Amino acid sequence: MITLYMVSALSLIIVDNINMLVKNIIKLKNLRFLALIFLSACIENAPLDSLSPEGPYARSIDELFWLTFWIAVVIFVIVQGALLLSIFVFKEKPDSPEPKQIHGNTKLEILWTIIPVIILAVIAVPTVRTIFDLANEPEDALKIEVIGHQWWFEYRYPDYGITTANILVIPADRPIRLEMWSNDVLHNYWVPKLNGKRYLVPGQTTYLNLHADSPDEFWAQCGEYCGLSHSKMRGRVLSLSENDFQLWVKDQQQDAVKLEDNSLAAEGQQVYLNAGCTQCHVIDGVWDVQGDRIAPNLTHFAIRNVFAGAALYNNRENLSKWLANPAEIKPGTFMPNLELTEAEINALIAYLGTLK
Amino acid sequence: MTKIIEPKRQSSIFRRPSSETGIWSWITTVDHKKIGIMYGYAAFFFLLIGGLEALILRIQLSQPDNNFLTAAEYNAMFTMHGTTMIFLAIMPISAAFFNYLLPLQIGARDVAFPRLNALSFWIFIFGGAFLYSTFIFGTAGAPEGGYLAEEVGWLGSAPNGGWFGYQPNAGMKYSPGTAMDYWAIGLQILGIASLISAFNFITTIINMRTEGMRFMRMPVFTWMTFAVSFLLAFSLPIIAIALFYVTFDRKFGTTFFLTEGGGDPILWQHLFWLFGHPEVYILILPAFGIVSEVLPTFSRKPLFGYAAIVFAGFGIAFIGFGVWAHHMFASAISPVAQAGFGLSTMVIAVPTGVKIFNWLGTIWGGKLKLNTPMLFSLGFIGMFLIGGLSGVTHSIVPADTQQTDTYYVVAHFHYVLFGGALFGIFSGLYYWFPKVWGKMYNESLGKIHFWLMMIGFNLTFGPMHWLGLQGQVRRTWVYAEETNLQFWNIVVTVGAFIIALSIIVFMINWIFSKRNGEKAPFDPWDARTIEWTIPSPTPVWNFSKAPIVKSLDDFWHTKYSEDEEGRAVKRAEADQILLDLEEEGLNPSEHIELPSPSYFPIVLASGLPFLGYAVIYKSIPLALIGSILLLIGGFGWGTEPLEEEAFEDSHE
Repeated sequence: MITLYMVSALSLIIVDNINMLVKNIIKLKNLRFLALIFLSACIENAPLDSLSPEGPYARSIDELFWLTFWIAVVIFVIVQGALLLSIFVFKEKPDSPEPKQIHGNTKLEILWTIIPVIILAVIAVPTVRTIFDLANEPEDALKIEVIGHQWWFEYRYPDYGITTANILVIPADRPIRLEMWSNDVLHNYWVPKLNGKRYLVPGQTTYLNLHADSPDEFWAQCGEYCGLSHSKMRGRVLSLSENDFQLWVKDQQQDAVKLEDNSLAAEGQQVYLNAGCTQCHVIDGVWDVQGDRIAPNLTHFAIRNVFAGAALYNNRENLSKWLANPAEIKPGTFMPNLELTEAEINALIAYLGTLK
Repeated sequence: MTKIIEPKRQSSIFRRPSSETGIWSWITTVDHKKIGIMYGYAAFFFLLIGGLEALILRIQLSQPDNNFLTAAEYNAMFTMHGTTMIFLAIMPISAAFFNYLLPLQIGARDVAFPRLNALSFWIFIFGGAFLYSTFIFGTAGAPEGGYLAEEVGWLGSAPNGGWFGYQPNAGMKYSPGTAMDYWAIGLQILGIASLISAFNFITTIINMRTEGMRFMRMPVFTWMTFAVSFLLAFSLPIIAIALFYVTFDRKFGTTFFLTEGGGDPILWQHLFWLFGHPEVYILILPAFGIVSEVLPTFSRKPLFGYAAIVFAGFGIAFIGFGVWAHHMFASAISPVAQAGFGLSTMVIAVPTGVKIFNWLGTIWGGKLKLNTPMLFSLGFIGMFLIGGLSGVTHSIVPADTQQTDTYYVVAHFHYVLFGGALFGIFSGLYYWFPKVWGKMYNESLGKIHFWLMMIGFNLTFGPMHWLGLQGQVRRTWVYAEETNLQFWNIVVTVGAFIIALSIIVFMINWIFSKRNGEKAPFDPWDARTIEWTIPSPTPVWNFSKAPIVKSLDDFWHTKYSEDEEGRAVKRAEADQILLDLEEEGLNPSEHIELPSPSYFPIVLASGLPFLGYAVIYKSIPLALIGSILLLIGGFGWGTEPLEEEAFEDSHE
């Protein structure tokens, strides 16, 4: 939270500088008012905030950012101050004499070439060190594969034989090594509170380390423009205690639950099998697709609190909207409008609700 | 005393056009001043369109989960906003300054190749029209196999792969239709225009400097033109090749950037940014040049560290070719490359810092006249400083992996390209207004324009730093309400409309002053460089007599000497010298030869869009039409009489 105030402080400096210049136009009071609004707007938390790290990788980046930030603030204040000072001091007045014709000053010029070099060298050393620290594969990290699709992230756990989507479940306080690639265009995996971004590229593997301090839920977002629904390519990262994580793994390794005959859910399963869902979606123990598994694995759909690239919360209302016409919510989506009736949609929702 | 200028008449197959007024005088002109003015108006027109696109984007983002635009429309708008502002607004508006001022600053009658100059302008016009014809003819849609709930519509049928056109998203499979072809071929055509003028300016600067105008006596604006021309000459071929690859991938089934055929999408990023980063300096260096002219004039002091500013400009241009991968720190590059490009990016901050410090050294101890051009130049320093400092945070690679692809970057480059380049350009537009139109602009309106723009600019782009750090990604059609980004997005949108208001004030000032402004003297600013030794507006022949330059800031030294303290003292004979100059400037005593107008630049240029359409629609007839126009243009160009180029002055 302190960091938020630091940024507000910088903005106030900027606002104040402009203030000095425009004081004839805007009254000081209004600016104070603006500053108040500013602070109140910052206090609420933003789930994608890159300035509230929740793990060691994000924290090392954060420290580097603030080091640079404060150096930049000092330079900003000095240079902007010099600019404003010279404007106020040397502004033309009726009695100003003609200025001295100074063509330059070699010593001064060498000085202000060397000082930035020294400052940059100070920043460069920790920068280079952090670059390599972040790239190193951590010891006994849990390996998880991340596959980018237009417009959702797929996760595979090779050690456990699990495939899931939209929500990356990780054990807290343990390094994670993501091995990533893309199934179509470039994507960019970003969990701001855990680390910086890394591209997902078709045909190559890229790597990103994550590490969450404690059990929590984090937001993820695709950073690189990846087509029509880029803005809705979101995600969640759920970090669980070691115990909970093992329970989650056990659950995920189960096939889908068997259904009672004649229930609404069983009806929904029939819709699922006949309406065309099976062309792309996998439900372990019920149906495997023949070709590429291009859509999210639905085996444990019901325990995921978001769906459709984490653009929607998993609830009745959203599911019926989505099933009625997916392209309405995610333009360009590969899931067609199956022209389902309301009864079919209700049955499907009941079925999806059983997939725990 | 009246003066008649008419071309000599001779009989030959092609007669060169001779209109001096009316539409044909503009269409056939080879006069660098007329071409500069046309460049300026065309670029300003595109600036308005790009601004309109920005306002549309801002309306969409003023609310979370807004549905003012569809995703297809939003993506088309941000792609066209970026492409328009860079290739159709800032670059050509810089070209307007180069064209108009370069010959005046080096004491020449025109550029080295006047007809090439006209060709470059017409190719730019046809390229821009070609690119924008996508709204009429272009098509776009969902990726292969994807679905859309509604039609794309005309607004969405523009290029939608981003101005950076990252592959494979901008390829045929993921961006079907013709819109991205319009983008690739449109940029190709615009690139030809820039390349031609780059060689023209390089030749002009090397060969056409007047007597005594040594390199180290050239005004800094001319120096920056020189640097930009080299940047263009070396960087445009790279993008030209990359764009050919893309066009071939899209139209003829090659796989340069497609993984399934063994190509590499990251190769496109390298090629694009190897052009794209020098491009940034192509956009900003002209503004550096303008500011370096304006600050000394209104401080009544020489530029502090002239040589350092010149060499820093070239240093920036040179290092600018070695930093491209800092656009790709989150991409698939190794830590070694990250470290290397991080360091080179830091290095480029040094010459940039030198420039800022030297500008401060220039105004320090001066007698600052705070009129509109000076306010814009001072505003430039303040705003560019912020852009430069946020740029340094990008060289901190790990921090950049948090910031890249967020609004923090959007804030950064708008502080550089708007707070920097555009503020510098407005400074120049006001500064040289009297020289171009022979009228003075309205100072009060100019100041209102400056303050509105300053406030609007900071309200628009200041909060974007914060939005980016709070996680608002770029190119985002919608953002979720839970991300808590709404408040600052509203502020940003309000700021954008204040900028629009300031532009309206500027246009009113321009139109009013051009018609009814006070008559401008030939040296209204007590300026330093030789373009101010000639009448306002500039006569068609520029200099009545080729000037002889004895020092840097020659005109200033004609007027002023220094006392023992080093303060400027007006020479006794200065007033008489000015009177003589004015008299002489209006009444040339010697025979002046000027290049004749020509029909062929526009004919030749008009062939290129046809060739573009021919590639998009794979049409032989269109290719034939385009080729024939090129041939006629080239043949006419080569065979029209050269020896008749003389204008003759006769005095009665």
